Amino acid sequence: MEYERKFKIGEPILEVNNISLSFGGVKAITDTSFNVLEHEVRAIIGPNGAGKSSMLNCINGIYKPQQGTVSFKGKQIPDITPNIMAQMGLSRTFQNLALFKRMSVLDNILVGRKLHTKTNFLEVALQLPKVKKEEKLNRDRSEEIISFLEIENIKDTPVGKLPYGLQKKVELGRALATDSSIILLDEPMAGMNVEEKRDMCRFILKVNDELGTTMVLIEHDMGVVMDISDRVVVLDYGKVIGDGTPDEIMANQKVIDAYLGVEH
Amino acid sequence: MKPVFMTYTKKDLINLAVCMVLSVLVIPTFITTEYWYTSILIPWLCLALATIGQQVVMGYTGQLALGAAGFMAAGAFAMFNLILRVPDLGFVGSLIVSGLIAAAFGILFGLPSLKVRGIYLMVATLASQFFIIWMIDKFGWFKNYDSSGIITAQDIVILGKPFTTPLAMYFVCLAVTTVLTLLAMNMARGSTGRNWMAVRDMDIAAESMGVSLLKTKVQAFAISAFYCGVAGALFAFCYLKSLEPVAFDIKLSFKILFMCILGGLGTINGAFIGAAFILLFPVLLNSVGNNVFHGAIDATIISSIEQVIFGGLMIIFMIYEPLGMAKLWENIKQKISLKFQSSNVKDLKSSLSKKS
Repeated sequence: MEYERKFKIGEPILEVNNISLSFGGVKAITDTSFNVLEHEVRAIIGPNGAGKSSMLNCINGIYKPQQGTVSFKGKQIPDITPNIMAQMGLSRTFQNLALFKRMSVLDNILVGRKLHTKTNFLEVALQLPKVKKEEKLNRDRSEEIISFLEIENIKDTPVGKLPYGLQKKVELGRALATDSSIILLDEPMAGMNVEEKRDMCRFILKVNDELGTTMVLIEHDMGVVMDISDRVVVLDYGKVIGDGTPDEIMANQKVIDAYLGVEH
Repeated sequence: MKPVFMTYTKKDLINLAVCMVLSVLVIPTFITTEYWYTSILIPWLCLALATIGQQVVMGYTGQLALGAAGFMAAGAFAMFNLILRVPDLGFVGSLIVSGLIAAAFGILFGLPSLKVRGIYLMVATLASQFFIIWMIDKFGWFKNYDSSGIITAQDIVILGKPFTTPLAMYFVCLAVTTVLTLLAMNMARGSTGRNWMAVRDMDIAAESMGVSLLKTKVQAFAISAFYCGVAGALFAFCYLKSLEPVAFDIKLSFKILFMCILGGLGTINGAFIGAAFILLFPVLLNSVGNNVFHGAIDATIISSIEQVIFGGLMIIFMIYEPLGMAKLWENIKQKISLKFQSSNVKDLKSSLSKKS
C-alpha cells in the first residue's frame, strides 16, 4: 500500500556543487555534488573516512571548502558560517555530541530557541513583560519537544550525567527546537541498541511527516538507512560513487565493491 | 519548581526576604560597632559585586579573565572625575556612568577572547590590569594633578543628603548591590545566561544554534566590567575613602578570582559566599590567635599561617568540591532536608504501627 505523505517531496532545497576540501595535503572531499529535495529524508553513507562528516561541516560552515559552492533555498551562500546557516533555517547535530554538558536538558533545548528570542540582555535583566511572554512561548515549545521525545522525566538533569542514547535524543531535541526547515543529523543512532534505534527512527520519520522537516542523515546501519530514507548518496574516498533510491543503491556494483571490497 | 513571580520560585522569594530582613533590619539593630561596617560589611558587599562581574565572564561565559581590579580602578577614577567635573550627574548618575566607562574598557579588553582562549586569554586580559593602572598613573588629569598620589574621595551626597556615617554608607552599598544582584540573576536565569553558558560549554554548537560568539563574549565582558566598575567606585568611595591606583593592583584581581572559584563558578550566591570567606578568614584567624593564644604567637607568624592555611584550603577545595562553596552549601541543605523527610517517614511509620 503506497502511503500518502502530508508534505510532498518538492524542489531541491539544498544543493552542493563541486565541493573540494583538503586538510594540508590530505584530500577529504573531491569535487562532490548532490542535492537534497524539500521534505525528503536523505541519507549520506560511506565507509569510515569517506568524508561524510566533513561534508556536513562544509554545508554548515564549520569547514571552509577550497572549491565549490553551497546553495540553500535557491540562494548561493558566499561566506558560510554556522550562524548564517542557522539563521537561514538549517540546524544540525554532531557526531561526537556537542551538548551544553553543565546545563539541564530543558536549558539545552531552550538554547535551540535562540533565534526565536528577540529580547536583549537589558530587557532580560529588567524582566520586562515582553521578555516573560517570549520566555513562556519558548518554554512551551521546548516542553512540547520534550514530551514528543518522551524525555519528560529527565528534563531538569544536567545532560553531562545522562547516558549516551539519551544525550543523542536531547541533541535531536535541540535541533528541533530551532524550528528549522532542514536538519542535518550526524550519526544520530551511533552506539544505540536496537530498541533505541527504532525509537530514533520513529522520531525522525515523525518529524519529517508531521512538520515536513527535511532530514539529512549520516548513518552506518544499512538496515536503518534503507528503511527510512527516500534517497541515498554514497561517498567513498571523498567522491560520490552512488546516488539514488535505496533500491538503486543496493543494486549499485560500485557501492557493493566499496563496502565489501573488491579483488584487484 | 514552577516560578510564582517573574522567574522566581517560592523558595527564591523566601531566600530574598530572609536576606533583606537580615541585612536591613537585623544587622543594623544588632551590630553597633563601626569596625564591622567599615572593615567587613562594606568591603564584603563591594567585593561580592566585583565577584559577580568575574562570575559573568568566567563562571557563566567560561572566558578565563584576570583583571577585575583594573576595571574597578577605571570605575573608581571615573567616579572621582565625574563628581569633580560633572557634578550635575549626582551620585547615582555618576555611579552608572562610571560603570559604563568601565564597560567600554571591558569591550576593548574582551576582544582578544574572540581569537585566544584558556590560559592564553588570561594572559591577554592581564593587559587591562596593567594598562588602566598605568594610564591613571601616567596622565595627571585623572587624578586632578594631585601630587601626593592619594586623593581623598568626595563625600557621598544623594538628593542633597550626605551619606557619611558607616551605617549610611553600608546602606548605599547594600542598595546598589541588591539591585545589581537581582539584575544579574535575571540575566543568568534568562535567555542571556543560557547564551553565556552555551558558549562556555560548547561554542561550536552554540554558533550552530544561532548564538553569535562575538556578540555573546563581548557582551559578557562589558557586563562584567560594568559590575567591576560600579564595585570599584563603591570600594573607593565607601571603603577606602581615598583613591590610589595601587589599591587596585594585581593582588586584588587575584583575590576576586579566588572568591569566584572558591564561591563556586557559575553561581551568583557563590560570589557572596566566596567574598565573605576570603574577607572573614583572616579576621577569624587573627581573633583566634589573639584570644586563644593570648598574643603568644607573633602577629607576623599568624599572617604567615593564614597564607599556609589558605593555600591548603584552596587545594582541598579544588580536589573535593571543584564547584565551590555554593555547591557545598547546596549539598548540606539537601542532606538536612533528606534527614527531615526520613525522620518524618519514621514518625509516620511509628504512629501507624502504634495505631495498628
